[in-house]
Amino acid sequence: MVGKLLSLEWKSFTRSASFGKSLGLKIFMIFLAVYFAVVFLFMGIGLYPILKKIYPDNVPLLKLNEFILGWLAFELIFRFFMQSLPVVQIKPLLLQNIRKSKVINFVLLKSLFSFYNILPLLIYVPFAVVVAVKTDYTAVSMIGWSISVLFLSFSINFFNFLIKKKFAEDLKSFLPAIIVILTLAGLEYFNIVPVSEKFGIFLNYVLEMPYLAIVPIILCFLFFVWVKNTLKRKFYLDAGLKTKQKEVKSQDFEWLKRFGEVSTFLQLDMKLIWRNKRPKTTIFLSVFFLLYGLLFFTNSVYEGMPVMYVFAGIFISGIFMINFGQFVPSWDAAYYQMIMSQNIPMRKYLASKAALISFSIIILTILSTPYVYFGWNILLIIFTCALYNLGVNVPLLMFTGSFNKKRIDLEKSPFMNYQGTGAAQWLVAIPLLAVPLGIFYLFYKLFSFNIGLLVIGILGVIGILLRNYLMDRITIQYKKNKYAMIHGYKQTGD
Amino acid sequence: MITATNLSKVYNGTKVLDIDHLEIPEGQNLGLVGNNGAGKTTFFSMLLDLIRPTSGNIFNQDITVNESEDWKTFTASFIDESFLIGYLTAEEYFYFVGELRNQNRADIDSFLAQFEEFFNGEIIGRKKYLRDLSKGNQKKVGIVAALIGDPKVVILDEPFANLDPTTQIRLKKIIKDLSEISGTTVLVSSHDLIHVTEVCERIVVLDKGVIVRDLKTSEATLKELETYFSGEQIPEEFKETAEAPSEEAKADKAE
Repeated sequence: MVGKLLSLEWKSFTRSASFGKSLGLKIFMIFLAVYFAVVFLFMGIGLYPILKKIYPDNVPLLKLNEFILGWLAFELIFRFFMQSLPVVQIKPLLLQNIRKSKVINFVLLKSLFSFYNILPLLIYVPFAVVVAVKTDYTAVSMIGWSISVLFLSFSINFFNFLIKKKFAEDLKSFLPAIIVILTLAGLEYFNIVPVSEKFGIFLNYVLEMPYLAIVPIILCFLFFVWVKNTLKRKFYLDAGLKTKQKEVKSQDFEWLKRFGEVSTFLQLDMKLIWRNKRPKTTIFLSVFFLLYGLLFFTNSVYEGMPVMYVFAGIFISGIFMINFGQFVPSWDAAYYQMIMSQNIPMRKYLASKAALISFSIIILTILSTPYVYFGWNILLIIFTCALYNLGVNVPLLMFTGSFNKKRIDLEKSPFMNYQGTGAAQWLVAIPLLAVPLGIFYLFYKLFSFNIGLLVIGILGVIGILLRNYLMDRITIQYKKNKYAMIHGYKQTGD
Repeated sequence: MITATNLSKVYNGTKVLDIDHLEIPEGQNLGLVGNNGAGKTTFFSMLLDLIRPTSGNIFNQDITVNESEDWKTFTASFIDESFLIGYLTAEEYFYFVGELRNQNRADIDSFLAQFEEFFNGEIIGRKKYLRDLSKGNQKKVGIVAALIGDPKVVILDEPFANLDPTTQIRLKKIIKDLSEISGTTVLVSSHDLIHVTEVCERIVVLDKGVIVRDLKTSEATLKELETYFSGEQIPEEFKETAEAPSEEAKADKAE
């Protein structure tokens, strides 16, 4: 039975839409996974010498033990926001001839193999090996230690689910736990009782008496049973398996009405962005990347490299354009058929998308004016880049959008989510960023900084003047690809 | 008037639709029936220019649908849930479609008032996104949205499926009134033979993309359809090539 469930799992992974059918994406994902694994592996190996360097007077292992509780707390917060138990996936199994407890066991045990649990494994175990080799601690004590910390980590894994499942509905039942955690944190913070240090003493005991590693194992097991029982009670369509529904407040974005013809779509797009997880994050990312410039403008390393400033300029004013624009019109994938058969000429639909992106560039540029603090030059660069984005990059993204044939689920988190990503998304980065940088660099080297900027600006203005013509050409392209897009967007599955 | 000539669609060497000639006069109420894979949705999708025909053309009021977008102004449709915008509430969706059809909010509000009974208090003012509505309620929204702005042509793919009995009865009246009172051309597909025969004045039966029956609805139609679908004739047609049944269809029409 477990074998069957595992094979289901494997299929859901390899056939998921975000994993994609393209080989390039697969290779990229594998590369990312390997990259992170290696980084953490090296962190595990390097931890010992690093600790030794920072705390030359202490034994690194004992020092680490003092930090473990803090680390676990951090892990819990991290997991709380990032990791969730995929209970909804088991809905189809509800009616099958499998006992409930078996399904729940499977889901819970499966969660142990998640990315978040493999990372600590990659840190703790190499660290333990290094310690065992370099110091007097025996292999047995290090094995005991590794088992302890790993199972503490796994306990956090289950504890997180417990919080999520209980916390979601019944805040009161969880109140005692919150109070305990806050008290512990308070005691630590105000130096009343060094809780984390005291906790480290337990791990020190494990080193002396490795059989004590049984305690975290038992702890982990208790959490497991607790979550399991909680889940079992919630294994109903109207309980744990229900997807959340909130009462909706109607917003109309009436102020968009003044934009005339395209306002209908602007209103729709605003709703799209505010009411769906994935597009909503692009807004937060935009605000976040607005600060990205600080990295460049404060760092003296880049002073002699105005090309980097241009890069920052394109990025700051165009981050929403890049994040949102590269998936136009996949955002409307779920109802693209309707859009295509409604009383909307293609040209108008595209014009509204271009308008939305253009507004974002203008707004981000206005928001970035405080950068004038770093000099008028900086502001000039950002403004020129915004002009280039408006004139050249917007039509460019609209054009590459016509090659988007992959559906996007609006409600999925965008992190590590490559759904909707195809070759077009990768290829567009080259003309989007590399071309303006290249042109600027060329004229900057040949003539001067000002000439380089001027050329970028002029290109932008030309693009703006040609906007109507370009949009006509783009519309033809969309009409040509229309059927393939409709077909592509119909391919659901994840 | 809608005309399809030499219309065909081929997927991987299989002909899924093959219509020599089909003419739907203005104001007619046409029912499309056929088993799964008969090509009903394919035909509708082509009529809406969502799928490109392999050969042939469809004309909607003399407009070639895959050449001009002008048919969109007078054609409305509801094929499936992918015609709904999941993150809007029902009202917002109606207003949105209304704006596309040059109807202001007051127009829409008074338009919706006549469907109060049809909605049965489950659609308006529920403060729910469309994606959170039940399948039946989603369907109600989609169907009513397709009637906004007095379209001349209305296309509904399986409008009766997923609806509760009361709503089915009310929907039948709405569809009948559409062609009788407002002179709208209505195209409906259904698996429910009773519903179609009650609602439609003409019924076209598709089998594997070919028109095998083209009937003017009468007392005997339901019986005829039931005999046809009970499979008595299917074995012969199974062996025959695609041309034979279409000839038969022509013969039917000649009568």
